[in-house]
Amino acid sequence: MADKERLSRETMAFRVAKEFKDGMVVNLGIGIPTLCANYPSPDKEILYHTENGALNFGPNATPEEADLDLVNAGGQMVTTKPGMSLFAHDESFAMIRGGHVDLCVLGAMQVSEKGDLANWLLPERGIGSIGGAMDLAVSAKKLIVVTEHCTKDGKPKIVRKCAYELTAPECVDMIVSDVAVIEVTDGGLVLKEMAPGWTANEIQKLTEPELILSPDLKEIELM
Amino acid sequence: MAINKVVSSFDEAVKDFFDGATVLIGGFGTPGGCPSYLMEALGRQGAKDLTIVCNNVGFGKELMKIAAMFMKVPDWWYDGGELANNRQVKKAIAAFPVLASPLLVSPFEKQLRAKEVEIEIVPQGTLAERIRAAKAGIGAFYCPVGPGTIAEKGKEVRIIDGKKHVLEYPIKADFALIRAYKADRLGNLIYRGTSRTFNATMAGAAKVTIAEVDDVVEVGELDPERIATPAIYVDRVAARPEDGRTRVVQKISKEEQLAA
Repeated sequence: MADKERLSRETMAFRVAKEFKDGMVVNLGIGIPTLCANYPSPDKEILYHTENGALNFGPNATPEEADLDLVNAGGQMVTTKPGMSLFAHDESFAMIRGGHVDLCVLGAMQVSEKGDLANWLLPERGIGSIGGAMDLAVSAKKLIVVTEHCTKDGKPKIVRKCAYELTAPECVDMIVSDVAVIEVTDGGLVLKEMAPGWTANEIQKLTEPELILSPDLKEIELM
Repeated sequence: MAINKVVSSFDEAVKDFFDGATVLIGGFGTPGGCPSYLMEALGRQGAKDLTIVCNNVGFGKELMKIAAMFMKVPDWWYDGGELANNRQVKKAIAAFPVLASPLLVSPFEKQLRAKEVEIEIVPQGTLAERIRAAKAGIGAFYCPVGPGTIAEKGKEVRIIDGKKHVLEYPIKADFALIRAYKADRLGNLIYRGTSRTFNATMAGAAKVTIAEVDDVVEVGELDPERIATPAIYVDRVAARPEDGRTRVVQKISKEEQLAA
């Protein structure tokens, strides 16, 4: 199982971006979530929101374009775009907390079977930075978590109960991992899609809570 | 007597900071939007036992040299990490107290581990709203962010519309240090790009708000439709020198990076 091919970070981002619908306001966290902006089909118009105060900003800046006064929440230099707006932090989080952001994509350290998310505090470090993750997890209309299915030493990240400090309880709607797409439902975790070459049984072995097999269980479509 | 909030220097702007003061520090955690010259002046001024309220406590000068490997770092950048390095900070109220990478241990994180400083971690939107509440004269507010996490601890919880909320209080501060683009002598401010961030939120949220700008322009030059912070919120304005205005970044040399 360990030697089976898993999805790359780019492929996971590609799969997440298939959830972006035309006209959506989308907020992307740091890491794999940021990559998602590269993949929605060009016929969709997506407005990207960043916590530090911009809506509908442009792609990452080239070194020549880079401007210290244009960054995203990950600190990367971005560009302007026609139709962009700029605002202060209280306004930015009114947008988030007020439920105006349609979709948020975040990374995870652990996700529980109830959709609890832990993504900010590594116990061995003892201190972490929560940033805007709590606000986004609680308030976005839909929350997708994109993460490797297991930790670097092979432990499940999808667990019965999070051992780490929570970002927010019962907030995750969907998990896109490097081997599976899982939907969080009131009845439990539903395995919807599997990476090419993987079986439900193999994915279950890497997952702590029991997975419910979707009647439409299929291979992840990668195009 | 004409109103003139422009002071002659950054040192003049922070000369009345006192030990134990609570200071709002604008910006997000990157050089743009950081009131660097005011912070550096506060470093020289030396007030101690400060409670700093900011999104990101920051790197400090030594770690900035390492940060220059993966981000643009102008030589004028000066953040809360350096105030911590100067031992001026007693406590931080922040959403991002430590740097994202566990490999980069900031002066503030070192002092936290040694239990020499205190931290109150606040979700970023709650931090912004608690600052806005202070500015707007709100007694307290119920917030849906925090229940079921460490941000609920010790707070009153109420269910509103079937959803748990925690009671959050305004953060009252003595000073706000903010970075804007241009000002006039009345204290009207405009910002540039994403540098509005916590700066515009903090303007007017402390007893004294001090703005650091590129230029002070004549009254009437700022388009009223563009003024993001009206003069009423601003008490002092100080302008950067010519070499602090440019947005062309002088990169820290490889040698200096390696030395760090």
